Amino acid sequence: MSIKILYFAWLREKIGKAEETADLPAGVDTVADVITWLRERGPEYKDAFARPGVVRAAVDQVHVQPAASIGKAREIAFFPPVTGG
Amino acid sequence: MSVRIQHGDFDIGAEVARLAGGRTDLGAIVTFTGRVRAENDGAPLMSMTLEHYPGMTERELTRVEDEAAKRWPLQASLIVHRVGTLKPGDNIVLVITASAHRGDAFASAEFLMDYLKTHAPFWKNEVGPDGQVRWVEARDSDDRAAARWTGPPR
Repeated sequence: MSIKILYFAWLREKIGKAEETADLPAGVDTVADVITWLRERGPEYKDAFARPGVVRAAVDQVHVQPAASIGKAREIAFFPPVTGG
Repeated sequence: MSVRIQHGDFDIGAEVARLAGGRTDLGAIVTFTGRVRAENDGAPLMSMTLEHYPGMTERELTRVEDEAAKRWPLQASLIVHRVGTLKPGDNIVLVITASAHRGDAFASAEFLMDYLKTHAPFWKNEVGPDGQVRWVEARDSDDRAAARWTGPPR
């Protein structure tokens, strides 16, 4: 299944792209699974997700916890804690 | 109830006039304006660039506005947040709440700001005097401020 993955702020800088489309392999079911899978894709991903505790995620534009299921989501985003206002 | 993301500045007076124009039910209007300070955590700041997540930002701000309207008898509200490059003294964010009485307008404005700071997907990138760039880190004090509002409304 194909899914759009978005990166913001320093995650985008470390990974070197703002978004990509990926086919998640079988067994990658949760947000935490996606992070584990991404970390194996190259040193830039490993660096960006070196401290998974500081990375936040949204599935289809809704904040979620690492245990959240991807399900049939079209879009998953990774970003640092927000700093607006 | 509305939210807006924009590059350009906002005019507080004009926004209040638009929101309140012709209405006689608004006994209290509170406006909050967030501005860029010339220093952050003791480090001087030349400019900052605000990035956001188009689509999710509007959804989150609308969700937070809906939540405020459930908690307080709000008659009207507006959130305007700027993105792009801003300089010290520039406006960043405007929150307006209007209610029959001031208590609800004050409390809901504070709630909107606290939730915006901890939930709306914006990120600040600051440039210092030597051109060094740093991403602003989230503050625990903002999380604590937002946590005040958990639990039963009011």
